[in-house]
Amino acid sequence: MKICTDFRLTESRHLSPAYGLLTLQSEEPLPEIHAGQFAQVRADGSKTTFLRRPISICSADPETRTIRLLIRRAGNGTAALIDTPAGHLINIMLPLGRPFDIQAPDQSTDRPLLIGGGVGVAPLLFLGHEMRQAGICPEFLIGARSASDLLLLDEFKALGDVHITTDDGSLGHRGVVTAHPRLQRPVSQIFCCGPAPMMKAVAAAAAKLGASCQVSLENMMACGIGACLCCVEKTVRGNVCVCTEGPVFNINQLTWLD
Amino acid sequence: MARLSVNIGSLHLKNPVLTASGTFGYGEEFADFVDLSRLGGFVVKGTTLHSREGNDYPRMAETPSGMLNAVGLQNKGVGYFIDNIYPRIKDCGSEIIVNVSGASPADYVAVAERLTPLQGIRAIELNISCPNVKQGGMAFGTTCAGAASVVSAVRRAWNKTLIVKLSPNVTDIVEIARAAEDEGADSVSLINTLMGMAVDVERRRPMLSTITGGLSGPAVRPVAVRMVWQVAKAVKIPVIGLGGITCGRDALEFLMAGATAVQIGTANFLDPAATMRVIDEIEEYCTRHKISDIREIIGII
Repeated sequence: MKICTDFRLTESRHLSPAYGLLTLQSEEPLPEIHAGQFAQVRADGSKTTFLRRPISICSADPETRTIRLLIRRAGNGTAALIDTPAGHLINIMLPLGRPFDIQAPDQSTDRPLLIGGGVGVAPLLFLGHEMRQAGICPEFLIGARSASDLLLLDEFKALGDVHITTDDGSLGHRGVVTAHPRLQRPVSQIFCCGPAPMMKAVAAAAAKLGASCQVSLENMMACGIGACLCCVEKTVRGNVCVCTEGPVFNINQLTWLD
Repeated sequence: MARLSVNIGSLHLKNPVLTASGTFGYGEEFADFVDLSRLGGFVVKGTTLHSREGNDYPRMAETPSGMLNAVGLQNKGVGYFIDNIYPRIKDCGSEIIVNVSGASPADYVAVAERLTPLQGIRAIELNISCPNVKQGGMAFGTTCAGAASVVSAVRRAWNKTLIVKLSPNVTDIVEIARAAEDEGADSVSLINTLMGMAVDVERRRPMLSTITGGLSGPAVRPVAVRMVWQVAKAVKIPVIGLGGITCGRDALEFLMAGATAVQIGTANFLDPAATMRVIDEIEEYCTRHKISDIREIIGII
């Protein structure tokens, strides 16, 4: 069941000049939402924005009917969303797409590795929560340009061990996530969301380690519900819509490693 | 409440609100937001004889008050539609119109013949105006002879309602409409997308993999209204108007300019319940203006 309704912006936190965290409350009950699913958000505050903006859901609480969206200032639409004053209404359609597939690891000592970059950490926070609820302990590897681009670190640390890389070395290991020593050690499950070049590098690293790997894509889309066929990704089954068949794909379905 | 029903050829619509091909999937994608049985009807995605993968990503670019697309008729073919999709949607309580495309007149005829036995398909819309395929599509819709060749061939094979969707990418859309009417079309729908292009100046590359694409959304509406008005004045068959309709007021523009019915397209991406809102707003308008039958205002300009 999907809904399309006005949410009241109850809190807007500017995490840095580039990132905002929006807490939104629905008037109607929330449908079941899982980590990896996304929302199509209307940016009425921007005169130049025509289409909705697809945003990963960072957390969802059915009891308070609230969701959180972590948004990167990428253009006029996302900027207008980040700068919306608290108390205003924002029209949101959700939940869209298929969530991450959570499987208990074969061995109880084996911890899934959740790898995120930039704003891509949003669904991994949600995923970490769902894993903890399922009795699974996740481990995180988070990459950013600089220490100031590392978002919601305290929340990640509350869920599991956090490994960090920064391009400038201002926190954690200097360099990209795939160069982190954690990826030199065995891991059986990887979940990844971030910029496409990063996800492709992680997918290649996962293949080398023999780990399963799920990635969350962010192809440009119009409708978000499988009608316009604009957001397609090439898969082993041909072109499929990222909005309905994804955004989460097992890399064995994609043609990245061919 | 005003009477909203209209006829397109032998097709009876409970109201003049349809959806545009390629913007409403097969209806079921919108089931959480729309009561399909309230629609006059919906036009399903462009269907070809064989399955098509469509064009490479990226296929879409946002533009001022609109968007460019270059999907390229991705679909699983008419056989898949008949076996897998039609059985799921045939009892939705609304008219289902299949948009038919092909690379040759024989292709169009073959698709029409496959659809003929389906009781629930009482109309097809011939797409002779897709700007995003290399063969067929718009090539047929930009000359009178090309349009006539497809329409006459399909007319001989299809005895139910035949709608021909016209391209605006022509010098004179009226003469193409007349050619379709002369070959026996029951209706023309217009406009398909306007050819357009957008450039990513930072990356110095076109926004679309195909370089050019089709422009839709409110940006094209005044062009569409003008073409509907010109065509409606020139032909006797009913005209279906589309192009950037987002609300009841927009739909009424087309009706007053001469359209007997309208299609809602890109607006479905902005508001999945746009069709319901358009129907509600047309009803409100009729009540407010004491109109008892929608036909009182069709073509009053």
